[in-house]
Amino acid sequence: MPALWIQKARIIDPANRRDAVGDLFIDGGRVVASLSAAARKRARKIDARGLVACPGLVDIHVHFREPGQTHKETIATGSRAAAAGGFTTVVCMPNTSPPADNAGTIQFIKDAAQRDAVVKVFPTGCITVGMKGQALAPIGSLRRAGVVAITDDGDCVQSNELMRRALEYARMFDLTVMDHCQDASMTQGAVMNEGVVSTRLGLRGWPNAAEDLIVSRNAILSEYSGAHVHMQHISSRFSVEILRHAKSRGVRVTAEATPHHLALTDDLLSTYDTHLKMNPPLRTEADRQALIAGLRDGTIDCIATDHAPHTDYEKDKEFDFAPNGILGLETALPVSLEVLFRKNRFSLARVVDLLTRRPADILKLPAGRLTPGSAADVCLFDPDEKWRYDARAGQSKSSNSPWHGQTLRGRVRLTLVDGKIVHEATASA
Amino acid sequence: MPWTRRHLLTIEELSLAEIDQIHATAAAFKKILGRNVKKVPALRGKTIVNLFLEPSTRTRMAFDMAAKRLSADVISLDGASSSTTKGETLRDTAQNIQALNADLIVLRHAASGSPLYLSRILNIPVVNAGDGAHEHPTQGLLDTFTMRERLGDLRGRKVTILGDILFSRVARSNIHALTKMGAAVTLCGPSTLVPGWFTDLGVTVSHDLKSALADAEVVMLLRIQHERQSAGHFPSLGEYTSMFGLNKTRASWLHPKAIIMHPGPINRGVEIDSELADGERSVILEQVTNGIAVRMAVLYLCFGGQPESVAVVD
Repeated sequence: MPALWIQKARIIDPANRRDAVGDLFIDGGRVVASLSAAARKRARKIDARGLVACPGLVDIHVHFREPGQTHKETIATGSRAAAAGGFTTVVCMPNTSPPADNAGTIQFIKDAAQRDAVVKVFPTGCITVGMKGQALAPIGSLRRAGVVAITDDGDCVQSNELMRRALEYARMFDLTVMDHCQDASMTQGAVMNEGVVSTRLGLRGWPNAAEDLIVSRNAILSEYSGAHVHMQHISSRFSVEILRHAKSRGVRVTAEATPHHLALTDDLLSTYDTHLKMNPPLRTEADRQALIAGLRDGTIDCIATDHAPHTDYEKDKEFDFAPNGILGLETALPVSLEVLFRKNRFSLARVVDLLTRRPADILKLPAGRLTPGSAADVCLFDPDEKWRYDARAGQSKSSNSPWHGQTLRGRVRLTLVDGKIVHEATASA
Repeated sequence: MPWTRRHLLTIEELSLAEIDQIHATAAAFKKILGRNVKKVPALRGKTIVNLFLEPSTRTRMAFDMAAKRLSADVISLDGASSSTTKGETLRDTAQNIQALNADLIVLRHAASGSPLYLSRILNIPVVNAGDGAHEHPTQGLLDTFTMRERLGDLRGRKVTILGDILFSRVARSNIHALTKMGAAVTLCGPSTLVPGWFTDLGVTVSHDLKSALADAEVVMLLRIQHERQSAGHFPSLGEYTSMFGLNKTRASWLHPKAIIMHPGPINRGVEIDSELADGERSVILEQVTNGIAVRMAVLYLCFGGQPESVAVVD
């Protein structure tokens, strides 16, 4: 493989405090400080004027549906969607069919990833057997099989006692426990945020309090057990305050927010569009602002997409009956740039940080930096290019995106994994 | 202004002028219903399918009756006898009905928003006969029709809706109709069933029965479902009745000429005393009768009829 010489890019590498126009050299699949004169001659040169070169993006929350629901997505198609969105490292949720609650299923996922994936795919395992919330999964075996965290994403562990034991047990391996924070007793039949809009639409509401309670519980149990708890897709303003308080006490909690919770609110639901149905649901403008403030002051650590593919025919139902979830990988960067960089004055470097080094560090993944010697996982993007997103033409097997057909700003031009091109944008959108 | 809508999905989307048009058309049809020969040929040759995927007695019979009075052919299909029990989707069921040359679908469905969803899929008109806790537009139209018959102009009139508002599509449709017509709407009931979010719809929320009923010219009661008790929305039917049930003493707080309404089915002795339900202030059965004329008007208009041409349809 010839060396790569990315020329005159704006290189943003928050882990190394770098944000300057310069050249990036890649040789042998790794970032290198420089190339020899001979290597420079042979190197493929990429004119990156006007583009940003940053570490490949990292998403610690995706659903690739394999095994068991490969009509929605596979590790192959999901990883290509990741590459198209500039992501080079992703972390898969274990709510597959069967759930990834044993070492065999983890091995299956790792084998499929090695065989089919164009980006780096890390598995998570379940907290409880079958994600049923009743008995601990074999967490030690899962750890040995290579999970980077455990979670019952989608089915929050309801028993406080079981959650306490899961944290104590995971602490033994210093394994992160990720939690989808939802008190199920308060959300029976709920399909959208509870409030003025659900009242008007006659849809069953999912109150913020159901998230706030579990975020509080997790903070309390994290402090009590010493385990690291990562709160998934935080959506409620009070949850942000609880996290802020917990962090100020030194509790080992981290949190993520999704691009859709940062960009959209529940008042869009008047159309009963099932592409706006997800769990946790879109909330109010006050919640959205609180999430942005949380990202600004570091209360929320990173952006994660909760990329959740479903087929057209599954989403094409009455709102109550459609499954939760939307695609995220191919739109995360432009949506994050729009909300944070353009509308809320986050620096470009800050947005890159929230999509690279920060999520990588939460799970101690070998990703998210361009330090010489590290793997050449790189995203090259044009922060200003406008393009029309056609979900049906995207890389994911599904097309359930609320941004389908919209013009987005900020486009991934090139994605490299270990120095190899895994995605290259066509000349014009 | 001519009538242009093909579907009737919600009252929220109607203008006051459109509500007036429906009421005027219903009034004309009501006259016809008083005659010896109650049938008009307005929809002769048209086929209407009543797709009722949730149980209904009154609404379904009234739609059935209305279609027959307009000389349409009617087929009624309920959840238990349709293919939805075999797992067929609403889209497929409705597209099959359209392929069978139906000219209009009347839909009753447990999922809020489903009539809007169908209206986007089908080429034929869709009339909402109640969707989840969202809207029941023909009920709101017949209730306000009945109020106008009894009270005239509703501007500034106090209308109190009492009971399970949270889960009620009837309440929502009435709220939209009444606020457009200028009435002063008060919602009353236990705080678990009447959340403050409703104030966003331009109404007053009260948990004090006496002030809610004081000087109201209309009180509309909504059925209290005992299922709500098990879900913790109130302690018991007995406590509900003792706090919010309408009885003679409490009815005396109303405006002297107030009317008592209920969309049915009634739980006698729970939300309303039996003698009040049957008393002279009750217009409960008039609501049912008006339901035919209002639904005739809705079907007629959604088929492209114009309000002013009703007099000559027969």
